[in-house]
Amino acid sequence: MKKLNIVVLAKQVPDTRNVGKDAMKADGTVNRGALDAIFNPEDLNALEQALRIKETYGANVCLLTMGPPRAAEIIREAMFRGADEGILLTDRAFAGSDTLATSYAISQAIRKINPDMIIAGRQAIDGDTAQVGPQVAEKLNWPQITYTEEILKLSEKEIQIKRRLENGVEVVKSPMPSVITVTGSAPECRTRNAKLTMKYKHARTISELQNENRDYEALLMDKPHLIIKEWSVKEVDADTDLLGLSGSPTKVKKIENVVFTAKETRRLGDSEQEINELFADLIKNHTIG
Amino acid sequence: MNNIFVITELTEQGNIADVSLELMTKGRQLANELKVDLEALVIGHELNGIENELYPYGADKVWVADDARLKHYLTLPFTKIAVELFKEEKPQIALLGATTAGRDLGPRVSSALSSGLTADCTELVIGEHYDKKSDTQYDQLLYQIRPAFGGNIIATIINPDHRPQMATVREGVMKKSIVGTDYKGERIDLDFNKWLSDEDFIVSIIERHIEESDINIKNASIIVAGGYGVGSKDNFKLLHNLAHVLGGEVGASRAAVDAGFAPHERQVGQTGITVRPKLYIACGISGQIQHTAGMKESAMIISINNDPDAPINAVADYVITGDLGAIIPKMIEAYHKNTK
Repeated sequence: MKKLNIVVLAKQVPDTRNVGKDAMKADGTVNRGALDAIFNPEDLNALEQALRIKETYGANVCLLTMGPPRAAEIIREAMFRGADEGILLTDRAFAGSDTLATSYAISQAIRKINPDMIIAGRQAIDGDTAQVGPQVAEKLNWPQITYTEEILKLSEKEIQIKRRLENGVEVVKSPMPSVITVTGSAPECRTRNAKLTMKYKHARTISELQNENRDYEALLMDKPHLIIKEWSVKEVDADTDLLGLSGSPTKVKKIENVVFTAKETRRLGDSEQEINELFADLIKNHTIG
Repeated sequence: MNNIFVITELTEQGNIADVSLELMTKGRQLANELKVDLEALVIGHELNGIENELYPYGADKVWVADDARLKHYLTLPFTKIAVELFKEEKPQIALLGATTAGRDLGPRVSSALSSGLTADCTELVIGEHYDKKSDTQYDQLLYQIRPAFGGNIIATIINPDHRPQMATVREGVMKKSIVGTDYKGERIDLDFNKWLSDEDFIVSIIERHIEESDINIKNASIIVAGGYGVGSKDNFKLLHNLAHVLGGEVGASRAAVDAGFAPHERQVGQTGITVRPKLYIACGISGQIQHTAGMKESAMIISINNDPDAPINAVADYVITGDLGAIIPKMIEAYHKNTK
């Protein structure tokens, strides 16, 4: 089998699952700026699937992400764990894109890369929409297999996948190329590899190198594997009308912060007597029993 | 033209799924407000009489695509049928269940039609909108209201210029109620073969193992739910014991499901199931908004946590501070003592 070119789609997201006390403002709302930026959890499950294919069949794994310059962090993280390269899609024109505009931008990048398959996380924890994977597939006119838990078989022409549904599993087969989205019940991603972490510690985008006042041309000549590609609208030949706010059919009309309002709470100790009294009340008022 | 469509889903037994009937109920309300018709699309096999399950919910038209190849959900042919039908019928609103099938189909259809889609809405209402930039007044848009950012914000999304305005809704979020047993619509059998080609069947299902789950937390009147603080899958047995004694079900937070303590079918919250039981006992659940969003309407909430300041306490009626391992056996004992 020829060496497969796999693109893993990933996103850097605010860690909405761990809103600590320091991220809460005095008025009970969340200070979104105070949340950590992390590798979207299910995109790590996706990366693991790609790395398993690489081990079993041989593959080049490229991590593609769209985001601000800072999102290069997750490309490095992927390299530390076994990805071969990364591309950061970054441009002001992408800002404000909804899932449809995002999937257009990503599909344009995919056309340029021309991979054999795409593996993505099912959904990102900031929006929980699960839309970008299928929309990229539609734009490319590729089949999609969502809710993937395990890749059972793979050849250049065909892939067999176990999907996790609400109340069971399904095994499907699809021709290649296809878009696979991986669910959180799939195996967790391996941790960093010490050797790879050493190797890619200094991997940078050109903007990062410029910010650090480093001579990127020398690095490019000397150690090209340390250059993380940065693509703008121009590189992916995208139509700016289809990007950002103008390319997004959905608009945010209003954002309301959720405020925690406490209701009247009775505090009990854990003594037998107190629990007994509580249960006597619950039974008396027909909550239980 | 300009009507409201629900893309329905079928159960394993071939009936219309609850989530679709909940959407029909909401769709009927919206259709009445907009003074348009409510239409349903059913794709599957052996669909004789299926329209009769939808009429009581106020379906004016039921479009049916019945074919052996469409017995189980497949992305490509289902997308093709929905897209081609929508191109002809031009609905203003299209609703789907936020199920594994609906969340696979919705984005594909919306991409093909370049229309906007909002996932996992918790409320759908009609409202107006004024766009300053283009000085345009929009009447009667669909406000698609959903939590985002792990439930920490509530966003109202609109699609001013693209149709249909598409939204998915999770099971249990909307209420289901019929308009009347004598409501009658019209069944239309679609000539879908003109739209489908072999290309649409390149993905095939080799095996299916669907178990009618005996887990039913949506309709349970008592839920004993555990969070990451329960500590292990083994400790979840304590919760099962209590639930068993009380005649309830076991629920779990996302953190507990992610940690492998409980299966996804038990997950309560924004990315799980929305529940409104008579009694909700939250064990070792810290109370991230994404969890409380799915349970805060429970009639009574008891929180057991060793952290006296756990955020869940804000929505609890009773807070017991202490160790689960000691408190749950005391609860079981207290139940037996008081029911003797």
